[in-house]
Amino acid sequence: MYVAVKGGERAIENAHAWLAEERRGDTSVAELSIAQIREQLSLAVNRVMAEGSLYDPDLAALAIKQARGDLIEAIFLIRAYRTTLPRFGATEPVETGDMACDRRISATFKDAPGGQVLGPTFDYTHRLLDFKLAAEGEVPAAPAAEPRHEPTPHITEFLQGEDIIQREPESDATPGDLTREPMSYPAGRDIRLQSLTRGDEGFVLGLAYSTQRGYARNHAFVGELRIGTVAVEMEIPELGFAIEIGEVELTECETVNQFAGSKTEPPQFTRGYGLVFGQTERKAISMALVDRALRWRELGEDFLGAAAQDEEFVLSHADNIQATGFLEHIKLPHYVDFQSELELVRKLRREAGVDEVREAAE
Amino acid sequence: MSDYNFAYLDEQTKRMIRRAILKGLAVPGYQVPFASREMPMPYGWGTGGVQVSAATLTPEDTFKVIDQGSDDTTNAVSIRKFFEKTAGVAVTEETEQASVIQTRHRIPEAELTEDQILVYQVPIPEPLRFLEPRETETRKMHSLEEYGLMHVKLYEDISQHGAIATSYAYPVKVSDRYVMDPSPIPKFDNPKLEMAAIQLFGAGREQRIYAVPPYTKVVSLDFEDFPFEATKADHACDLCAAEDSYLDEVILDDAGNRMFVCSDTDYCRGRREAGHVGRLGEEAA
Repeated sequence: MYVAVKGGERAIENAHAWLAEERRGDTSVAELSIAQIREQLSLAVNRVMAEGSLYDPDLAALAIKQARGDLIEAIFLIRAYRTTLPRFGATEPVETGDMACDRRISATFKDAPGGQVLGPTFDYTHRLLDFKLAAEGEVPAAPAAEPRHEPTPHITEFLQGEDIIQREPESDATPGDLTREPMSYPAGRDIRLQSLTRGDEGFVLGLAYSTQRGYARNHAFVGELRIGTVAVEMEIPELGFAIEIGEVELTECETVNQFAGSKTEPPQFTRGYGLVFGQTERKAISMALVDRALRWRELGEDFLGAAAQDEEFVLSHADNIQATGFLEHIKLPHYVDFQSELELVRKLRREAGVDEVREAAE
Repeated sequence: MSDYNFAYLDEQTKRMIRRAILKGLAVPGYQVPFASREMPMPYGWGTGGVQVSAATLTPEDTFKVIDQGSDDTTNAVSIRKFFEKTAGVAVTEETEQASVIQTRHRIPEAELTEDQILVYQVPIPEPLRFLEPRETETRKMHSLEEYGLMHVKLYEDISQHGAIATSYAYPVKVSDRYVMDPSPIPKFDNPKLEMAAIQLFGAGREQRIYAVPPYTKVVSLDFEDFPFEATKADHACDLCAAEDSYLDEVILDDAGNRMFVCSDTDYCRGRREAGHVGRLGEEAA
């Protein structure tokens, strides 16, 4: 017999206890430390920092541990923590030209000042499972070269010198912040870039891929991809000048895209831009392609109806925390709504005489 | 949790939300954009309602949370615990005792008073969303009061099904101006939208707040020859015999036998304590 549903509170507590036990797993296996996650799962840590919009490798590693390796859940933990932090101010824009590059490649020029530096990449590894790692992962130190000390100029600067690539308008305006102001459309490019850099890697990758397959194709070359650390400077009001407060690792991608020119613009190359926390190059390249696709209006191109061109579509669906929350909410009870639909469908069927027909047939 | 401010959100954020609430009350049914914060619970799980409640609660308030009409559904428990922890407010399951009630999908059966605030959790605040997915378009339609599309949809329902095939989140017109989504309450609850209490609607993921002030005219959309009808299961509550409350249907056994019980668990409890007994009441007690 039906018992009025009670006990939700205890059920939740028990579920949480079980979850904690499952997270720990077999206790005869050593527990993961935050430092191990930070050092040995650093690309996961980078993704959590990028999409969590908070640069803190230790907290990201903690979130990954707590989330049992579910990166979207870890990103959610970081986002929820981030909102509670006070804001002291804004830093100066980072100077990526001064980046201490671990990796810097160009697909458009065979060589350029600063050189081609492969860095720690999977690119030319053969994807064969390395069974030695199952036993032990100790490796000899990699050979090291003298670091470059001079700045590494951006490839696009050389094109700009020739005036063959579209110039970006300069502005000292404070960029918008979608975490502080409600989104409204059309959004500026600042908001679009912010949305993409913290957007879901899979979603942005899928959209970028769609442009390559012909849904608003924009012929992207990777003009440059660089990964490294940059200094973060902040002006301290009491001092009246900017001081370095730390450094962050960034991945920057500039694409050079073909453009035929329009009535107002001579033929020239155009750009897409990606900038993401950490070593996150798949995301940065994807971001640059989608950024370029979203720029159709300012470049006088046609809207082809492609998803990657549609600002409202892209920005409303890029955030995986919003997406996963809404998607998973359909697990919550909906029996009140379902009951009203039940009544309606029963009524409509009665009125249509469907049930009598069925009974007669039986 | 003592590191957090009263009711979790910082005062600046609460002020921003209160401004949106006041604007919403000043323009009934209008969706006010607000800079929704990331909350420590998922989007789609009541973050809008939680932010509105956080901006509304004072230390003297008594708080009640229901989901599907019940205080003991898991998400209602979770939200109630959140405010117990972060605001330390008194909580209750009794509708009459509560000064702020946060709800998902129902309006309590007991008539609310001028001393109460009802906070709704809203998944999709835009009543025109499934007719026109673009925010840029729907905002234009609202500002021009261009609601023809909605009437065509209702008309098409009638021509296809012989009735308006919307049973919850049934659209209303507020104060003769804005068409509003009352959140996914069953249409049975629509007539209660004209009430003495303040009604606040929070949509966190969609960054919108809207409101219906006390005693505001709220009309469910319909046609003269197909008038709006508030419907429920054609039964009495099997526990408390109420004939005027919205009912949940519960499957009892493999043979598919059903029982019907009040969705508003506090209302049902009150009636049973007052001695009302339904068809299966004694067995369940």
